[in-house]
Amino acid sequence: MATTQAVGRAATGRRERTGLWWDAWGRLRKNKLALVGLVGVVILMFAAIFGPMLAPYPYQDQDLQAIANNGFRPLPIGSPGHILGTDQLGRDMLSRLLDGARISMSVALVVQFVVLFIGLPIGAAAGWFAGRVDTFLMRFTDVIYAFPDLLFLILLSVTLRDTPLGQAYDGLLLVFVAIGLTSWVTVARLVRGQMLSLKETEFVEAAKAIGVSDRSIISRHLLPNGSGPVIVAITLGIPGAILAEATLAYIGIGVQPPRASWGSLIADGQKYIRSDPHLVLLPAICIAVALVSFTFLGDGLRDALDPKLKGKQ
Amino acid sequence: MKRYLVRRVLWIIPVLVAVSLITFFLMHAVPGGPWDQEKKLSPEVIARLNQIYGLDQPVYMQYLNWIGGILQGNLGPSYVFKDRTVNDIIAGGIPVTIQLGIQAFILAVLVGLPLGIVAALGHNRWPDYVATGLSVVWIATPSFVLAIILIIVFSVDLKWFPVAGWEGPQTWVLPTIALAAFPIAVIARYTRASMLEVTRKDYVRTAQSKGITGRAVVYRHMIRNALIPVVTIMGPILAFLVTGSFIVEHVFAVPGVGRYYLSAITTRDYPLLMATTLIYAFAVAVLNLVVDILYAYIDPRIRYS
Repeated sequence: MATTQAVGRAATGRRERTGLWWDAWGRLRKNKLALVGLVGVVILMFAAIFGPMLAPYPYQDQDLQAIANNGFRPLPIGSPGHILGTDQLGRDMLSRLLDGARISMSVALVVQFVVLFIGLPIGAAAGWFAGRVDTFLMRFTDVIYAFPDLLFLILLSVTLRDTPLGQAYDGLLLVFVAIGLTSWVTVARLVRGQMLSLKETEFVEAAKAIGVSDRSIISRHLLPNGSGPVIVAITLGIPGAILAEATLAYIGIGVQPPRASWGSLIADGQKYIRSDPHLVLLPAICIAVALVSFTFLGDGLRDALDPKLKGKQ
Repeated sequence: MKRYLVRRVLWIIPVLVAVSLITFFLMHAVPGGPWDQEKKLSPEVIARLNQIYGLDQPVYMQYLNWIGGILQGNLGPSYVFKDRTVNDIIAGGIPVTIQLGIQAFILAVLVGLPLGIVAALGHNRWPDYVATGLSVVWIATPSFVLAIILIIVFSVDLKWFPVAGWEGPQTWVLPTIALAAFPIAVIARYTRASMLEVTRKDYVRTAQSKGITGRAVVYRHMIRNALIPVVTIMGPILAFLVTGSFIVEHVFAVPGVGRYYLSAITTRDYPLLMATTLIYAFAVAVLNLVVDILYAYIDPRIRYS
């Protein structure tokens, strides 16, 4: 079958599909680590979207009967009805971990959306207009860059906790926005650099020469051509965002009980680590899988989109 | 170079002003104040307290007063720790935080560099897999998770080190390791990549073809050139050590500067909060400057203007 197809293709002279994205996909497919990362990301996304349907219980439901029978201690892994056990209040760990996946994946997506929303226009404006606008915007990003980000996150999250923004989506929306506000600088600088180099290319000069408007040059030529490195930066920024949310949750900032992210599960389980290490280990494993998956996928994307950079950081 | 230096040093000032402005007005823009307690104070007492601490003035005046104090080296009174000034608290915490940071940095370089070099020299053999595997594990483990694991294994089970505190070398070990883990992973990763890059360079091949022994090539030609790009990541790493110390101090109850930050926000201890924020911002700005200068010093091809 395969041979006849190949012969057929050769006979009709049809070319293999090519193009930046198709080539990149070809290289990505050969990268084992990147595929591992991709599989991890797909599984996590699946858990985040369908988690509440798959979860055996709502994440806040307490199985008081089971806890009482166990002398008011957390149920271990493999208990009947609770595959991954329960916490000290009898809440099913699998259900809580699945809800945590939903939180971590929303962090991954929403934060990077905020990052793009702020970083893209600022970087594009700085690179395109150059001169004073550039100086002003880049000095502004320097200030944001100099702000120790964890401190800024805590400051924003604590001071705005009682506002409507701080209450939205179980306290998580504020955390998303805060993390986004501290992490757009890298993308802004990257976009600016891309703009500056692409602006000098011949196809942009040609477009200018035939009177194409600035707006269409930016949207038709600059953004598509500069998108590769930005996609890589966005992907590699995701582990940082997930880690930031988990760290905040661990020190008790962000998600409000009874909801729990992986970070707050670790903080809660810490007290029981001697007798019930699974309360800490399970969320820690989940965080590890998320961080590693996105890092591998990001590294793979970078190598795939720009083979010249392979092996470099 | 001199002009560049002066400009960079002066640039720290507007950065610090901006950071302090953002912090100050964010703190004052939201409801609540330092005198909110479980037991409500009478309005007269609050008015009197506000008068004593200058909180009855408009916010911009309070900011100017605060700036005036800073210029005289006075960080102000602490609203919560009433028997100590912010200067005292900060002076007590800074040596601890700096010591922790330096120890972690030295550990990270001493472990990360050799790990990366060994991994590159044994490319695609077991040292490479071990080093890469280790750095993946470290990237996957947040510092607070590592801290918990370290405490369980080395304090609770093996009883080698105390669980928390900062009273002598025994108590320094675990916080230093917890803080150094991520930098070790990053340094090892970059060193490995940089070494592999250098291996392909013409001057290395020339040296080898001239019959120079393997070891001399590695030391004289490869490592020295491979270290140049590694210096660039020292900036982010030092910045990580500054803010990362915050979490490690939290977990191990280390009496550094970071310990006061969280409590200062929740209790609205404005002067203490401003002082800690400013110190962290200053540290990050200065360290970035030092790394840039170091980079130019190590690589003569770089000229700042």
